[in-house]
Amino acid sequence: MPSTRDIRRRIRSVRNTAQITRAMQMVAAAKMRRAQQAALAGRPYAALMNDVLANAAARTTVFKHPLMEVRPVRKRAVILVSTDRGLCGALNGNLFREAVKSDRNNNTAFIAAGRKAAQFIARTRRSLAAEFTYKDTPQFGEARAISKFAQDLFLKGEVDAVDILFTNYVSTLTQQPKVVPFLPIGKIEAVHAGHGDAPAPQLPAAATDIFNFEPDEITVLGALLPHSLNFRVYQILLEARASEHSARMVAMKNATDNAQQLIKGLTLEYNKLRQSNITKELLEIATAQMAVS
Amino acid sequence: MAATIKLEIVTPDAKIFSDDVDMVTLTGGEGEMGILPQHMPLMTQLVAGEIIAQKGKETIFICVGDGFVQVTGDRVAVLTDMAINADNIDEAKAEEALRRAEARLSEKISDEEAARLQAALAHASTQLRVKRRRG
Repeated sequence: MPSTRDIRRRIRSVRNTAQITRAMQMVAAAKMRRAQQAALAGRPYAALMNDVLANAAARTTVFKHPLMEVRPVRKRAVILVSTDRGLCGALNGNLFREAVKSDRNNNTAFIAAGRKAAQFIARTRRSLAAEFTYKDTPQFGEARAISKFAQDLFLKGEVDAVDILFTNYVSTLTQQPKVVPFLPIGKIEAVHAGHGDAPAPQLPAAATDIFNFEPDEITVLGALLPHSLNFRVYQILLEARASEHSARMVAMKNATDNAQQLIKGLTLEYNKLRQSNITKELLEIATAQMAVS
Repeated sequence: MAATIKLEIVTPDAKIFSDDVDMVTLTGGEGEMGILPQHMPLMTQLVAGEIIAQKGKETIFICVGDGFVQVTGDRVAVLTDMAINADNIDEAKAEEALRRAEARLSEKISDEEAARLQAALAHASTQLRVKRRRG
């Protein structure tokens, strides 16, 4: 039977925990708003980029870029985009389950973005090709570094395909792990940034067969393709960050709510115990008085 | 036959411009060009400078960074890393940014940082150029 003092101590400790989780919830909420805005703001650009690319590719036949070369897949790479810190619910767990599922044949080299991904790969003894970090507000330069590395691996023939695995931001409450193909740039239909609501590239009905490139196809598409890949990684980093902060906020909100529940239960127990102590004391006094008189 | 053409200018941060206009003038990979409705499908690189859109009697100046332009029959899609309405350019701010970027570039920095600063430098100098030309 715990004494009233023990219960008081527990209530205090739970209350402290609640205070911390509430603070973390606030911080995550503020960051979430910013990250969500950034992710949403990038979507029109990504959509238009897909559109432009699809339009261009539908009209070009002779153009072949080394990044488009389709080879039989002997070894592939996965860019695994995770968070740097924990305390964000099942986010990373779900992501890594997906990673394990996609690596059945053990022929995957991982490119980790985010510290948790690197830790996971080291723990499960998979092959880690490179580790990248990205800031709380992802910079385009960071995305370019990751994208460049993946492109180099592909062009050198060390891997035959590259996928990106990340947590797609759907809403504050829903985030889904998602795999999108990255390289080779195959069918243009597949060139679709990693979010659900991007409108499918639409070809104008009056599609003419002539499409002018200035100065020429090779120069324009040669510049456009790597840029579009870089941008896709950037958009994915933004989405991943938005997911992370949303997940963390929800996790912290749940923790705070749990702590409140716990405090309520403990307070009830405490009051009961206190009351029964008082009753016991009263009884003792009454008996003592009766014995005296 | 459409008498107007839809101009869309999008940066990674936002959709800057989206409206039907009569004519678009921009700097492409091979020099300046004017695009009227029903232009031939075209794809080119965009050189930092200004895009001039004619809408009725109104002329809209937009300062843009490097990027890509795609013209389909009824639409001009501009993908660029920076775009700002020329009227909103703050000369003092752009100059300040230019100086800051130059100062940082002279220090010892990583490649990534340098690339970022180069971009900032280009943005600021383009803004200044456009602003000054329009006096």
